[in-house]
Formats: sequence, structure tokens, C-alpha cells
Amino acid sequence: MTFLARHRIILPVVSLAVLLAATFYMQPRAMSYFGLNLLFNLAVPIALATIAQMMIIMVNDIDLSLGAFVSLAACVTATFLNDAPMLGLLILLALILSYALLGAVIHALELPAIVVTLGMSFVWGGIALFILPSPGGAAPGWLRTLMTVKPPFAPMAVVAAVIIAAVTHLLIMRSGIGTVLRGVGGNARSVARAGWSVIRLKALAYGLAGLFGVLAGMALVGLATSADANIALRYTLLSIAGVILGGGEFTGGKVSPTGAVIGAFTLTLAASFLSFMRLSPDWQIGAQGAILILVLTARLIFRQKGSEA
Amino acid sequence: MNDHERAPLVSLTDAARYFGPVRALDGVTLSVAQGDCVGLVGHNGAGKSTLVNLVNGGLAPSSGTVGFATGGSALEAGVRSVFQELSLCPNLTVAENLRISHSALKGPNWRRPARAEIGQSLDTIFPGHGIDPNAEVDTLSIAERQMVEIAIGFAPRGSETRLVILDEPTSSLDAGIANQLLAHVSRFCASGGAVIFISHMLGEVFQVATRIVVLKDGKVVAERPVEDFTRQGLVDAMGHVTADTADATGTGRDFGTEVVRTDQGLTARKGEIVGLSGLAGHGQAAALARLYLSRSSAWRAGKAPEVVFVAGDRQRDGVLPLWSILRNISVSILPQGSRRGLVDREGEARVAQDWKTRIGIRTDDVANPILSLSGGNQQKVLFARALASSAPVVIMDDPMRGVDVGTKQDVYAMIRAEAARGRTFLWYSTETEEVCQCDRVFVFRNHEISAELTGSAITEEKILEASFEMQEAS
Amino acid sequence: MSVLSRPWLWSWLAAAAAFSLTLGLTSGRGAGELGYAALSFGAFAAIVGLGQMLVITLGPGNVDLSIPATMTLAATLALKAMGSDPGTAFLGLVIALAVGFGTGVANYALIFLLRLPPIIATLAASLIYQSLAIWSNRGLRIKPPAGLADFATGRFLGLPNVAWVGLALAIVVWFVLERSVWGRWLLATGQNLRVARLAGVPVELVRASTYISVAVFASLAGYLLASFSGGAALNMGQEYLLMSIAVVVIGGSSIAGGNSNVPGVWGAALFMFLVVSMLNSYGAGAGVRNVLTGTIIIAIVIAASSRRART
Repeated sequence: MTFLARHRIILPVVSLAVLLAATFYMQPRAMSYFGLNLLFNLAVPIALATIAQMMIIMVNDIDLSLGAFVSLAACVTATFLNDAPMLGLLILLALILSYALLGAVIHALELPAIVVTLGMSFVWGGIALFILPSPGGAAPGWLRTLMTVKPPFAPMAVVAAVIIAAVTHLLIMRSGIGTVLRGVGGNARSVARAGWSVIRLKALAYGLAGLFGVLAGMALVGLATSADANIALRYTLLSIAGVILGGGEFTGGKVSPTGAVIGAFTLTLAASFLSFMRLSPDWQIGAQGAILILVLTARLIFRQKGSEA
Repeated sequence: MNDHERAPLVSLTDAARYFGPVRALDGVTLSVAQGDCVGLVGHNGAGKSTLVNLVNGGLAPSSGTVGFATGGSALEAGVRSVFQELSLCPNLTVAENLRISHSALKGPNWRRPARAEIGQSLDTIFPGHGIDPNAEVDTLSIAERQMVEIAIGFAPRGSETRLVILDEPTSSLDAGIANQLLAHVSRFCASGGAVIFISHMLGEVFQVATRIVVLKDGKVVAERPVEDFTRQGLVDAMGHVTADTADATGTGRDFGTEVVRTDQGLTARKGEIVGLSGLAGHGQAAALARLYLSRSSAWRAGKAPEVVFVAGDRQRDGVLPLWSILRNISVSILPQGSRRGLVDREGEARVAQDWKTRIGIRTDDVANPILSLSGGNQQKVLFARALASSAPVVIMDDPMRGVDVGTKQDVYAMIRAEAARGRTFLWYSTETEEVCQCDRVFVFRNHEISAELTGSAITEEKILEASFEMQEAS
Repeated sequence: MSVLSRPWLWSWLAAAAAFSLTLGLTSGRGAGELGYAALSFGAFAAIVGLGQMLVITLGPGNVDLSIPATMTLAATLALKAMGSDPGTAFLGLVIALAVGFGTGVANYALIFLLRLPPIIATLAASLIYQSLAIWSNRGLRIKPPAGLADFATGRFLGLPNVAWVGLALAIVVWFVLERSVWGRWLLATGQNLRVARLAGVPVELVRASTYISVAVFASLAGYLLASFSGGAALNMGQEYLLMSIAVVVIGGSSIAGGNSNVPGVWGAALFMFLVVSMLNSYGAGAGVRNVLTGTIIIAIVIAASSRRART
């Protein structure tokens, strides 16, 4: 049992630090309150979405509908929550509950989550189109204020990341119920045997995913000020990549909330990094893929070094 | 234990359980009271697991009754089970695993009492265990995991542990640790607890049990105090007559050329049965896995493989669960009969049928799913898979786990016959009795070979000496 | 019982239901046209679905997310090489398949050498293929050679040529899975990789060949689709990401691996086309159509799984 293997979190931290150092080297002006805010602003909703995806991956499922769901939450936020706050809140609550219900149904009927969420991505996308057939809506004022607040010492994005990581770490890694939830991913049978209702636990995990998905949609609207039905579709793949970059694994309940937040920030930074390199727009998508591969390669090398030591 | 109220903790009255047409348990009457240590023995498929599941509330009886002292559920009655297959969450730490089955641990600071409770339980049962309550379970060896599982089984977990069901608890433990457990079971029963102890190791059953219940075909065929049984009588009651085991080994046969030599110094010659022994988890299984992987390829599969592997951990290493018995047997010999890349379907059916009779797989049709077989019979399928291949070297990783006495004797005979025909066997076993069947034995200690024994030098004392020496010194 | 318990039956029943519901609106008119269109468009979904099925059979976590990018890249490079010149169809096919082979090798190299989870490896690689396609295409729209376009849109014995290709491929895949040693190896690997390795199955060979197969299938689909629709477009593969996974699972293959279902893939491919045309003909808007498509996918999965649980 080596140090690195025990502390899975070190590798994501190092990846982010290296990428950050490279960014600062290429663009020293980014090393400021304002620069950091610019670099990481959009990372907050992605971090929340990554946490949502992590909840699902924690119980050995995968959510292919997350991007569509975040888009829907964004649409609701930009329309109902803005125009009729009570109704908007109720709708968002209903969305969270429907996620919990989804988790219960997936478990009770032993359905493959990958397919059910695939189907749900059509459903969420359809409802979003229904609410906002064309881009529009407006962010509620308080949300806009919250997302653009300028706290002392550190920019909002960084403060938000620390808060998200701390809250989810306490919830998932430290608390008793979080331990049991991870246990579902590790060995659901033994959790059931100990007298837990796995269906309720799964519903809870999905409900938490729904909660963080809704928060991601709200944060996104707070930054973007308006919404459309496709606003967050790429979050599905980004959130999966973020969980993995953060040291999580697809099976066995091995996840790290702190790592997930860091993974989301690494991905966001990777996108900004490209524009600093003045790459032809043809290659920007490809370079994003390349950076993903690069970071994971580094992780593999560190891991191998770790297991040799 | 006359001081204790001898009220039954659990009593079964004519309890039966059917799975479709299969009568897994066919009317059993049994009661377990405080201070009892019931040794439960029987063949594979005799109904032991089903009985255990009725007692711990995992299954409801199809007919008859199962009643608990408190009138409530098995959980309320303080019934705890430690299962044969490992059932911990590998991604959690030892203390977190206790939390799973201990809902009374609440509050923001539940970790400290959890660590203390599991630590204390481990200390009581396995003094000097060296297991860190903060270690993640998947970093522990299989023996350590079994120890943790047993410790969780005995831990009070907020109420009182009254009856602990131990299903093959020593299958992955070496003799020293198994003895610690047996001692604890005796202490636990003496202080008013009760244990149902299931083991294929009859010596252990005789050592701890106050009463022995023999199951056969879903029925209790004998139930008597332990003093009234002899080993032979017990084996007879189970329906098997053991052959004399202690026949001469190491008869000084001449072996052929050396076919295996590893960096560690593990060697084997043609036609030789080489045993690997020592305390469980001291690198034997890893050495065999390395040997297998180095002698076979993940990229090519020739018509004549060099080595085959018989797994002991069936779920992890052996069984292909979606397939029939036939396909499970033939998977290793597919290239041998194939023409232009196509499977020789008649050939594989012939081989499967042949091995079904030779090794005695209890099924009416080899097209049945492998999971329709009991654990022991699944193990026979894995033996058939390996022996059906023509590979000159057979690697066996503790393959007798959960296999009944009769089958063991059959397999021993088969191994000896195959060895006489020039096959080489490398055989890791946690049971000394099995290792004594070998021509040569390597004893492992701390992932290194600490002794090489041949012929008449292969005795339990010598093996134990080589396994323990260092630990006594340190 | 034997027929009813077949998991592929459900995708065919659903396709038939969508078919008859659409025709119910026109009281039977246009049945031939609808069936023909379903076979044409379904063929592309079936071809990529067969590839995705092989990958999903490899077991949990195995899925190829680079199918759309591979389709686009193969089609783009093939059309560029052919340059609309007559008699170059075969050259284009060879180039498309070579591109597929290349991306398959690259995907597997990432999985094997970097030990990445296949979802991440194919996701990252697909971004690079996408960039390559954008770079080589440069917004040009090259028409396929006339002969090739005629073949892709033509028919033989009343059925679309592309459907014949898809059908032939399905039969080959079915035969390989049922009868060949490689098929057995694939199914064993999908049930438990470690067990398969310890039983002497060359698991890495199986994995490599599977990831190469899916990419080659995708490149074939891309080549045919570009020929069918008169040129390659950068987003031509987009809908086939979710589609390829959907047809595999609606078709009754186990998402847990080790179990594939060839007829079901075709039934599901037809269904996916028919359900959209059914909703269109009932005048549903985009939002409603999406919601209903999603609901139907989930309903079918539930129906198929509860059926399986009972038998």
C-alpha cells in the first residue's frame, strides 16, 4: 500500500497544478484575481454537474442524460423561477424527486441505467424544448448577483469550488449515510444483507444527483443570464470525464468528491489553455481530447511509479 | 453451561424450502440454545446453505416454522451470519464496513467508536492480527478479509450477539489463525453465546462442536452430542466412505526433465506433483498466477497450451456464469478441435459428456447452466476444464475450497493418475493433508520459499516449522 | 415459451406496432414506401449497432463513443480520395475501411497502453478524429461518384442495397458469434475477463479485434451514408452515438456483457426509424417527439426486462 495509491487525490491536484502553471507561464496576466475568475468562471456549473454524475457512478451506474437534465433545469430557472418563483421552485423540486424515482425504478426493475438515462435524455430534452423552443429567458436577479459576487481574497469560482468540495466531502466521505452509499457501489448485496433498503439508497443517490444537476443548471443560468434547450448538452461527457480525471472509477464505488471538483476545473482550464496557444479553431476540439489523454497518461505513470515504490 | 437459561434462541419445526421442484431442505427440526455450538456437516448440496438462510432470516420456509426466542426477526434475536463467500465492501475501510451493519453508529463522530469496536473484536478473536481498521478492504489479503468478516460477525453492533453462524469460516485461514478462531468460538459459547459451525474440516468440527448435526439430501440424518461420533462414523453418516489417506507418498518415483523453474526458485519436473504450502497469503497464489501468466499469452492461443489453471476462488477466477456446464468445460480446449476457426461442436459435447462421468458432475444434462450446480460440483467442472486440455503443466490455486470429502478423494486419485502419465502439477493448498499428497513441497513465508521438502520429509510438523520459524523469532 | 422468451422479439414487435400505427393513419396506403424507407435508414443504424453490440458484449464499461467521429472521418477522407471521379468507388471503400481500421487500432492502443476506461479513451480519441475531419474537409462538400451514389440509393429484388449490406453483415456476425472460436472467446471475455484469461482465452487479442471491428463497421456505415446522402457532412454521425447504444439494448443484448443478440439489433434499428416517422405523421412537434421517443425506449427496456425476469 503506497502513499500515492492510498491518497488518490494527489494525482488530480498535481494535474491541475501543472496545467495552471503552464497557463500562467504562457499568460502571466492570468495570475490575478480577475484572471482566475475569468479562467474558472464556467467551471462552477461543470463542477456541480460532475458531482451529480459522481453520485450516479458511486452506485455503479452511469448517467447519459445529465447534460439534457442540466439544460432543462437551466430552462426552468430562466423562465418559471424568474417569473413565478414559487412555481419554479416546485418544478425544480419535482425534477429532483423524479430523479430519485428514476433511481428507485432502475433498481427495482433491474434496468440498465445507461439505457434508461439514454431514454431520459430524450425526455428531458423534449420538455426543455417545450419550455423554451428558442433561446431566451432571463436569470433571476438574486442568482445573477450570487454568481457574480466578488468575495475578498479569492474569486467566486475558487470559493465556490472549495465550498462544493467541502460539503460533498463531508456528505459522501465522512458521514455515515455517505459511507453506506459508497458501500452500495462496493457490494450492494452485503449492504442489503445488513438490513438496508438498497432501493431507498439508490433513490437517495439519484436524488442527490438530481439536486446537484439542478444546482448546475441554476449556476449556469446565473452566469449565462439566459438559457436554451441545448445549453448544457456537452455536460454529459464533460462530467464523466471530470469524475475520471478526479481519480474516480466506473465501478466499485470508488469516488472522490474533491477529485471530481478538481477534475471539472482541470477540464475547464484545458479549454481556456487552448486559446492561449493560438491554435487554429480546427484543432481546438482535438487538442481538448489530447489534453485529456495527456493528463490520464500522467496519471498512469504516477500510478505505476507509485506501485513500484 | 447449566447456569444459563437453556431456552432455544431459534427453533425450526419441520421447516422445508423448495426451489421449484428442488427440495433444498426437506423438513428439518432443529433448535439451538444458549451455549450450544452446533457443528453442521453434510455434502455439497445437502442443504446446509439453505438451512443457514432460514435461520438468519434470509429466506422464508416453504412450509413448517422458524421461530426466534424474542418472537421477532432474526436480526432482533441477535442472529449474525458470516458467509462462505466474502461479503465485505472492498472500497470501504474496515471500520466503515462495520458501519454498514451497525446502524446505531450515528452522529458526526461515528468513526472513533467504529474503529474501537472493530479493533476490539479483532483483538479478542485474533490477537496479534496486525489489521489496521483504517485500511481499505481491497488492500487486505483474502485471509485478512475473512478475519475482518468474522470479527464483524462477533462484534456487538449496538445490541447483543447471541447466535453466530459461521459458514466455512476457516477456508482461507491458515492453521494458526484458525485455531485462534476455534478458541474464541469455545469461549463465546462458554459465556452463553451460540454458534452454528459449518466446516469441511472435520477436525475443527470435533474440536469446537458440542453437538453435530448431519444433513443429507435436505434432511437431518443424525444429531448427537459430539462425544457420540467418531470421525469414521461421521463420514459414514454423510454418505461417503473415505479411502485411507495416509498412504505412502514420495515413493521415490523417477521424474523426467525439469519443466518449471521460476526466479523464486520454484521448480517442477515432468510427472511430479509439487505442493505449495505455508501460511495463507504468503505469496503462494501470487507465485502461481505469475507463473501462469508468464507461460500463457493474452494475444495468442495455440492448439497446445503449455499450462492450465484450476481456480479456487470460483466466482473471481473460475466460473463463466452465463454459460452451460458444457461450454464451461470446453472453453480451454476450443482451438484444439477447431477447423478454420470454427468450433468442433460434436467434439466438445463428447469431451464434456466424458468428463461428466469421469469426474462425477451431478447433473442430468451438461447443457444445464453452470449455476444450477452446487459449489462443489462447479469446482468439478473447473477440474474437468483443466484436465480435458492437453497442457503438460497444471496449476491449481487452492482448488478444494468447498469440496466434499468424497470428491476430494476422487480428485486426488485422478491427479495421481494424470501425474503418472507425465503431467506436472503445481498445487497450492491451505490444507496440510492435501499438501502431504505431493511428491515435493515448497513452503512459502513472506513471499519467499523458506523450505523445500521431499518424500518422507513432507510432514505437518516440518511444514509448520518452515511456515512459522521466522515469526517466532521476530 | 421458447419464442416468447427470446429477447429480440420485443424489438420486432415494437417495430411492427410503430409500423401499423403509422399506416393506421393512412389506412394502409404507403406501406411499401414506409417499409422501404425504414429498411434504408435502419440499415445504417443496424451496421453501427452490430459493431457497438460486439463492444458491449465485451462486458461492463466497454462502449465505443467514437463511432460518430469515425463515420465522419472515414466518409470525409474517402470522398476526398474519390473526388467524384467515376470508377473510384472501390478505392473509396478501401480508404474508408482503412480509416476505420486505423481509428480502431488507435482506440484500442489508448485502452491497452494507457489503461484508460474505454468510455474515456474513445471519448478523448473521438475529439481528435473530429478535428481531423474538420481539418481535412474544410467545409467542402464533395459528391460521391455517380455509380456509387446509384448503388447506395438503389435496390435489388425490391429491397434497398444498403439493407442487403446490413443484412449480410448481420448474418456474418451471427455466424461468427454462434459458431466460431473467436465468438466463444468474445462471449467468455464478456462474462469475466479474468476468468477468460485464466482459462487460456487470448483476451487482449479478442478486445483488440473487437474494437477494430466496431470502428471498421462504423467506417463502412459512414462510407455508405455519405454515398447515400450525396456527400459527407461534419455532423453526419452525430445521431448514431445514442442510436448505436439504443439499438443494442432495445435489441435485447445484455448491457452486462457476455450475451449478444443479432436479430434484435435489426429489429431495434427499424423501430428507431419507424417510431420517429409515426410521431411525425401524427403531427407531433419536436418537443413531444423527443419525450415520446424517450418514453418508448424506456418502456421497451422495462417490457423486455420484466419479460426476462419472468422466464
